[in-house]
Amino acid sequence: MELMSGNEAIAQGAWEAGARVGVAYPGTPSTETLEAFALKEGVYAEWCVNEKVALEVGLGASAAGARVLATMKHVGVNVAADPLFTAAYTGVGGGMVVLAADDPGMYSSQNEQDSHYYARAAQVPMLDPADAAEALLFTREAYGLSERFDVPVFIRSSVRVSHTKTPVEPGPRTEAPHREYASDPAKWVMMPAFAKPRRKVQIKRVEALRAWAEECPYNRVERRGGAVGVVCAGSAYQHVAEALPDASIFKLGCTWPLPARALRDFAASVEALYVVEEASEYLAEQVRALGIDVAAFPAGLPLDGELSPGAVRAAFGLAAPEHHEAPAGLPARPPALCPGCPHRLVFKELARMKAIVTGDIGCYTLGALPPLSAMDTCVDMGASVSMAHGFELALAGTEHRPVVAVIGDSTFAHSGLSSLVSTVYNRGGGTVCILDNRTTAMTGRQGNPFNGETLQKRPSRELDMEGVLRALGIEDVRTVDPWDMKAVRRALKEAVAADALSVIVFRRPCVLLERVREAPYAVGEACTACGACVTLGCPAIAKDAETGRASIDAALCIGCGQCSQYCAFSAISSSAVLPNGGTADAAASPSTRSRSVDGGLRAEARGASAIPRISGTGETLADLGGPVAGCGGNAAGAKGGAHE
Amino acid sequence: MSDATTVLLCGVGGQGTVLAADLLARAALGSGHAVKVSEIHGMAQRGGAVTTVVRFGSDVRSMVCDPGCADVVVSFETTEALRNVAFLKRGGRLLVADETIVPLPVACGTASMPEDARGQLAALGALLIPATQLAREAGTAKAGNVVLLGALSTALDFPRAAWEAAIVARVPEKTVEANLAAFRSGAAFAGGEGGGAR
Repeated sequence: MELMSGNEAIAQGAWEAGARVGVAYPGTPSTETLEAFALKEGVYAEWCVNEKVALEVGLGASAAGARVLATMKHVGVNVAADPLFTAAYTGVGGGMVVLAADDPGMYSSQNEQDSHYYARAAQVPMLDPADAAEALLFTREAYGLSERFDVPVFIRSSVRVSHTKTPVEPGPRTEAPHREYASDPAKWVMMPAFAKPRRKVQIKRVEALRAWAEECPYNRVERRGGAVGVVCAGSAYQHVAEALPDASIFKLGCTWPLPARALRDFAASVEALYVVEEASEYLAEQVRALGIDVAAFPAGLPLDGELSPGAVRAAFGLAAPEHHEAPAGLPARPPALCPGCPHRLVFKELARMKAIVTGDIGCYTLGALPPLSAMDTCVDMGASVSMAHGFELALAGTEHRPVVAVIGDSTFAHSGLSSLVSTVYNRGGGTVCILDNRTTAMTGRQGNPFNGETLQKRPSRELDMEGVLRALGIEDVRTVDPWDMKAVRRALKEAVAADALSVIVFRRPCVLLERVREAPYAVGEACTACGACVTLGCPAIAKDAETGRASIDAALCIGCGQCSQYCAFSAISSSAVLPNGGTADAAASPSTRSRSVDGGLRAEARGASAIPRISGTGETLADLGGPVAGCGGNAAGAKGGAHE
Repeated sequence: MSDATTVLLCGVGGQGTVLAADLLARAALGSGHAVKVSEIHGMAQRGGAVTTVVRFGSDVRSMVCDPGCADVVVSFETTEALRNVAFLKRGGRLLVADETIVPLPVACGTASMPEDARGQLAALGALLIPATQLAREAGTAKAGNVVLLGALSTALDFPRAAWEAAIVARVPEKTVEANLAAFRSGAAFAGGEGGGAR
């Protein structure tokens, strides 16, 4: 027995079934699935730029005869929906399994949509494991199902299946039978003449799937009392089994199509039939559509958020155990950008210039939280760029605050690029900031086209971001070191002043990538308790509740020096320069900082050398419109160019 | 019917709750139990409040913990201990690292720390454990989480060998001795030998 997360078990199941190709774009809670698959013998796995591309690469590999694993989070299924719906017409060659990992409770997502609706809408069968052992079994068996019915098969998980480790018995790999590719336009060319007959194939397939569902070995009845019967699946099943030991349970392993006859028989065997599901009404609607009476919960089941045994008991009006209450007024502990995060100053400056900021998906969405509070919108991958264009259209001809889109490097590759092409094509204006931290940070630092790292460490090449931007016809493209406050401020000021579309690439590696640490900074006697540094929202900086003076936690500080540039009183300096934390020496800090940048900018050679920097030397404080002291960032930026 | 024992580990993203949960789960598995470990990944890990739930027994169903259902709450931080005290079963054990990490809203001056957190925790029956100090004395300041596991071991009936096997299997080889010492130190602090009769 091994402890495996649901995600690891799905990867194991795919491998045991002989899957040879794995494709995905990272997204919580699905990410570790393809990472685990990529480590296995005899497989090829890659990060694609987005889920649509992943599904299409997978479908091509399937058409050519390979068994394929495609993984994505629930909102990734939206992106992949276009090929998915038609793949349900073409069917497959080698078996194709698609993981849809849902996030009820929205731990790391912008919504909690239920992927079951996709199974129903696309008419793609869906298996719903309730733990890692089932995740392995269902995934392994899904390949045979996919080939037998000539259709992709969904594995649906949620946070509590994907990220719960349970004991699993892994087995050996069985090489899948070789399926020779032969041209078959009537199956694969979905133009109307061929799609119409495939639609009829699909309808017949659904009939066959419904018949199979009645005998599906992954659906089971757990017979207990006759008063209450509950239909449920996935993690909800675990909560029901714990909360209602006397209830009979119809545990669905296949949530589309439903076994109509078996469910009707079950409903007839209990006095009242309930459906328990998470943040959705999918299952209850589908059961009702079979003509089965679904009872209302005496006290209601929440329509949003995760379930728990307690939530199930509460729905039936059962008491919760006595417990202590957490003291009132505890301070919240929201997530925050890391100490040294290269996104911090960009948001600080955007807030300072009172920009309308259309944001995007990634760590940098945390720029929306206080004290930075520098984001107006965040909707979906790539929306920052397209929504900024929409803002510009609606605000045209009015006096308005500058509109600035903020997007990460990986998100830009995912779908921001196509948004930007559309803006350029329509001669839109505004400013787009690409926060290029050389990685897909939020999901655990995966590769992407702009850092040129591939999932299995195969050779690749970095996509030349500035080259791409210029090739689109954007003339105002600049590259800025986001640790350099003067340069950030000046670039933003100039970019928003221009009418034409401008793009600023803020390039510096995520601090978690190389874990560069320099001597920590310290606050000296000159601190006047003005509070400016605290507004950066750095977890290493704290304000004394009584004196208001700042202090820096040396254990958390990575020595980036961003805060020192915001101190108008030169009170913050590197402890390497002034070990006793005395008054800052503005002339001394650049040398220490540039060393850290030497290490930190290893990956940025091309951008740094190709792009003229807006060097801040010689600027006055008045040019920049604000106080600054001890700024060594420009020296640091110039250094970066020397790394090839 | 589930007979599971529930341990809720809580702390601040980056403190090592996930590794501690993994060690606990391996020890439970090595003691012949069924186990479920439920973690939260993604955005919450960026310095936010985190919880991990480990449940074990002969039959474990749900992987989450409701208020009033944790047999033991192990907190890596005092404010998080107070935040999660509602999960503790009446009569359950509350083990808390005597360490405080100031949340960002407090650092920014928009919220304040709870008054006398240690006193409040003591009133709730918590055992406050100088985890980092004990870990440092054992040879590595990073083993604070293993000190807490040592304390936790006195509340569970796993054989000592199961704990040690889990630690040996999971920590870097050159820190095995220090981690084992940290484990013993945590167990001794909590007034036990660290594990059952063996």
